[in-house]
Amino acid sequence: MSDTRNLFNKVWDLHTVGTLPSGQTQLFIGQHLIHEVTSPQAFEMLRDRKLKVMFPERTLATVDHIIPTDNQARPFLDVLAEEMMSAIEKNCREFGVTLLNIDDKRQGIVHVVGPEQGLTQPGITLACGDSHTSTHGAFGCIAFGIGTSQVAHVLATQTLAMNRPKVRRIEVNGTLGTGVYAKDVVLYIIQKLGVEGGVGYAYEFAGDVFDRMSMEERMTVCNMSIEGGARCGYINPDQTTVDYLRGRPLSPTGAAFDAAAKWWLSLASAPGAQYDDVVKYNAADIEPTVTWGINPGQSVGVSEKLPTVASFPARDQVGVREALDFMELKEGQPIAGLKIDVAFIGSCTNSRISDLREAASIVKGHKVSSAVRALVVPGSQLVREQAEKEGLNKIFEEAGFEWREAGCSMCLAMNPDKLKGREVCASSSNRNFKGRQGSPTGRTLLMSPAMVAAAAIRGAVTDVRQFKA
Amino acid sequence: MSKVQQVSGSGIPLFLDDIDTDRIIPARYLRCVTFDGIGQYAFEDDRKQDPNHPFDDAKFKAGSILVSGRNFGCGSSREHAPQSLMRWGVKAVVAESFAEIFFGNCTSLGIPCVTLPRAELAKLCEQIKSNPPKLLTVDLVAQVVSTGNESIPSQMPESARSALTSGNWDFLAQLLDNKDAIRATAGKLPYLNGFKS
Repeated sequence: MSDTRNLFNKVWDLHTVGTLPSGQTQLFIGQHLIHEVTSPQAFEMLRDRKLKVMFPERTLATVDHIIPTDNQARPFLDVLAEEMMSAIEKNCREFGVTLLNIDDKRQGIVHVVGPEQGLTQPGITLACGDSHTSTHGAFGCIAFGIGTSQVAHVLATQTLAMNRPKVRRIEVNGTLGTGVYAKDVVLYIIQKLGVEGGVGYAYEFAGDVFDRMSMEERMTVCNMSIEGGARCGYINPDQTTVDYLRGRPLSPTGAAFDAAAKWWLSLASAPGAQYDDVVKYNAADIEPTVTWGINPGQSVGVSEKLPTVASFPARDQVGVREALDFMELKEGQPIAGLKIDVAFIGSCTNSRISDLREAASIVKGHKVSSAVRALVVPGSQLVREQAEKEGLNKIFEEAGFEWREAGCSMCLAMNPDKLKGREVCASSSNRNFKGRQGSPTGRTLLMSPAMVAAAAIRGAVTDVRQFKA
Repeated sequence: MSKVQQVSGSGIPLFLDDIDTDRIIPARYLRCVTFDGIGQYAFEDDRKQDPNHPFDDAKFKAGSILVSGRNFGCGSSREHAPQSLMRWGVKAVVAESFAEIFFGNCTSLGIPCVTLPRAELAKLCEQIKSNPPKLLTVDLVAQVVSTGNESIPSQMPESARSALTSGNWDFLAQLLDNKDAIRATAGKLPYLNGFKS
């Protein structure tokens, strides 16, 4: 009989260690990633209990959140950031964990580094103390964001106590229009299903739109699963996945690669696989998309107007008014033409080489508006190096963008890159929460990197398709 | 671990939806290597922009049962969020629904998160506001939130409820109990064994 389990359940079953007294599953975590922000307290928990890291070779550390992207001389000017750097260095040394530090060319945003190194592979379970760990699901693995106590659980036992989620298949079929990117697809899905819609679910993204996407585009989609409330999102492995992994530093080699590829492809949900829910969308309905509010579900197509308060169910209207007030926007106003002060291209959502290429193709031959401060922050040192090989840095710099070192930067502004006051930022990142980009009153408009580039040039939200004609 | 069965205290009304963890604890306060001292920064930016924020309102200052709306704790996985609430004095959260990572983080800290229907939450917040300090009890055994004059049926996933009420919420100890089974599971994973079939 054919296996009617979807990929998620196959991988879950394979990694089940047993059932805990609470009824939860004890789930083996094949790969653990850590960074400087959510790990120091976890290592302290291990010290308190005199525990070791059970599988030190299955944890990889890097530094990303607090890294300055301009002056990286040690000690960092921010003494708190320096203290966190010293802590992760000491912890990795003491517990035998490999650290990709800033003097290592492989350093970068944890969710860029894992795939780039070939560490993220189909069929594994992966956890990291960061909600955007869902990114790795692009490879057909199960990847969870976890809290610091759970980081300690993985360090000490390589397992987590989890409830098995339901699985929702989200199909998008058809052809995306010009200027419509993976980011627009995922913003559209979140707008339709809501920021809470995925609670209790893993999302399987399927259909010919995702089949045609590159691995980097798939990562953008899975990255934002968490913004839709789903702790985990994935795409079934296929030949695109196998081709991406071939020859990566930590991919299997030789005969083992062929055996691995065979196993990876066998995990994909087969036709007839069972789901708890299925939703379907048409690619042709998706426009370049921009958020107008204070959560990633509050978005519109760039040619559209902001929705009216009355168009929402009564229970949502308080939140919609709160968002409009904070953003100083009016219901029914067009989103295009909205003035911006800052343009940010970066983050674990959109800082990979294909993102930079796409943004550079828009920027080329133009200048950043004199009213706009613009920066590009590559996702890793290797992305930065590749972009420089291709001359993308020159295109950005000649246009008036700052070209920075790798890190999380202005996505969450734990480093010196921050909005000031009421600035409005066109951002390729993932969250438009109040205060997210470092100023408590700063405002964020999420969009694709190409749309950020267009906004930077015009000084206002602009339909990127105007640059594509 | 202690059994968490009933948690009593006065209510803090914060009846908003989609309160994200960046709002609960802004990222700049994550620049730390211990959780000590982050309680004072709970909702810091919201409080600065809203002179009537319940966390600064003398009427609710001694409160320990936070009452909120839908999707509480969405966004970042930062355990700093429940840590800051706990250190502020919050002992339980009652809401319409919770984001999963936040919920799990709270359970790891022994903070129960229970849900009530929206209409009950609206009513409860009105009662807290009109008659502070309003004593509430989150009862995980009876599965109710009681206000003194009435008991409202509440819900919580059974795995978390049983862990808290039986005092078995030291998940690390439970996971450590199964080291042999952990190694056995690792032993059958193709990717840990060179993909030999």
